[in-house]
Amino acid sequence: MKKQGKGQFSGSTESWIHRAWRRFLRHRLAVGAAVVIGLLYLVAVFAPWLAPYDPIDDIFVTRRLDGPSLQHPFGVDEVGRDLLSRVIWGSRISLTVGFVAASISLVLGVTFGALAGYFGGVIDTVIMRIVDLLMAIPPILLIIAVVAALGPSFTNVIIVIGATGWTQYARVTRGEFVSLREEEFVESARALGSKTTRIVFYHILPNCLAPIIVLATLNVATAVLIETSLSFLGFGVQPPVASWGNILTPGRQYLRHAPHIATIPGIAISITVLAFNLAGDGLRDALDPKMDV
Amino acid sequence: MTQFVIRRLILSVFIILGVSVIVFMLMHMAPGDPVRVVAGLDAPPEVVEAIRQEWGFDQPLYTQYLRWLRRAARLDFGRSAITGETVAYSIMSRLPNTIKLNLSAYAFALLVGIPLGIVSALKHYSTVDYVATVGALVGISMPSFWLGLILIIIFSVNLGWLPSFGAGTLAHYVLPTLALGTAQVALLMRVSRSSMLEVMQKDYIRTARSKGLGERLVIYKHMLKNAAIPVVTVIGFRLAYVVGGSVIIETVFSWPGIGRLAVNSLHSRDYFVTQGVVFLSSLCIVLVNLLVDVSYAFLDPRVRYS
Repeated sequence: MKKQGKGQFSGSTESWIHRAWRRFLRHRLAVGAAVVIGLLYLVAVFAPWLAPYDPIDDIFVTRRLDGPSLQHPFGVDEVGRDLLSRVIWGSRISLTVGFVAASISLVLGVTFGALAGYFGGVIDTVIMRIVDLLMAIPPILLIIAVVAALGPSFTNVIIVIGATGWTQYARVTRGEFVSLREEEFVESARALGSKTTRIVFYHILPNCLAPIIVLATLNVATAVLIETSLSFLGFGVQPPVASWGNILTPGRQYLRHAPHIATIPGIAISITVLAFNLAGDGLRDALDPKMDV
Repeated sequence: MTQFVIRRLILSVFIILGVSVIVFMLMHMAPGDPVRVVAGLDAPPEVVEAIRQEWGFDQPLYTQYLRWLRRAARLDFGRSAITGETVAYSIMSRLPNTIKLNLSAYAFALLVGIPLGIVSALKHYSTVDYVATVGALVGISMPSFWLGLILIIIFSVNLGWLPSFGAGTLAHYVLPTLALGTAQVALLMRVSRSSMLEVMQKDYIRTARSKGLGERLVIYKHMLKNAAIPVVTVIGFRLAYVVGGSVIIETVFSWPGIGRLAVNSLHSRDYFVTQGVVFLSSLCIVLVNLLVDVSYAFLDPRVRYS
């Protein structure tokens, strides 16, 4: 038997958030991941002060392709730029895309899912068929094709990843709304004459926050992976601006003589994505272990 | 049952039509004259004019779309602006390579992921479980193209054991299979583990044990069978990606498949080719999902009424 946790038998005065928070703190890996995420965002925010050199303009021609050294801990790239500085600046791109794209997906998905689940009928059918449609096209292929057609840029990458990634939110939110709209507390709110917006935002939505929070955390991980893939293939953020994905692209040509170029940015990507995945898993266990996301 | 199949069939047709609209619109999303876009930027004026006539670019949008759809239904997506080959030929000559690579990664995922998940669940909270669980999370978190580059650095550049680009011999399959399959191994491991853990707590397992059934029999006869359902779902839906799932890995390993074809066509703005690949890989997803759903309805009558 597993040892019973401290918060298990606490009185009903303790709030749901409080209990979830305690359960999350018991999940050591997840807490570690949350700390890592916090540090990554600090690095992104303070990039200009943390980076030892300018990521674009400081070029050390004589040290091109040099491996890691004291002066350049991550080595030097094929142009002669300090890789540590480029990785630090690159964190801004990946973390911004991850956060903003996941937020766009969240707003779209929750809105559509709520509409479908609350009103049902034609609205439900139309929205869920759009979901089916979006899920019928291989995601990477759809995103690359649309970004390439619109023109690769930071903004387009964010918009396209955000606008294509909302289907999971819609499905989950719809499911919660369908089961909650018939509940007694919603019925009584309706009988008391509450407005629809009040019922939705005040009575139903707070009750389906748990799976949405978990999904959002995991969604940031996916968005970061997609952005780095796009930039790696040349359809994302364009050089000389540094992104973790586009630093790796020229690294492919120097696998023998300068393997650090193709290695180090990938470690940064993996750590970031892993941190969000771990935090998401921990949140799921803390908020609702039975959750199906 | 017949009603379920017909309903599901109609839905699939609508999804395919929806996909065709999106695919058709791709060339209109690009800035500039769509004829110049599909003809290639440096096409001579008479070629541009011929394509304008052939595809009816001077007609209203819906006429263009219907014309495009009629041809797409016969798998005629036009000709590549770069090579002059028909798109259908470009795709069909590369499709077997893509399918073979994806099936290889798929088999790798099944053979490693499922047993790992089962063992992890049976030895819950053990070191094996812990390592496999964390390992699976790491596997899902690594970008596949980066894993591919690392594998090339280790096994091709340094050890010189395996080729790093192209297809041909069996040895060519090893690295792309590992790079493509690792995330799928991790996914299957997680699904089969959690499914097993859930089944293990069920009352009928306790009943089976209490009536004196040997542990081996309990595992084989009661647990695995019941835990298989969610795993089979994931396996079924993963199969849908055998055509469109290896876009990035094919680029890393210069694999002569349709994923690389799609990326190259996007780089050279060869829109007819892009349209063909996107449409075909979506078609594959819709068809596989349809098959999975219908065979489900056969196996589990509850599905038909939900």
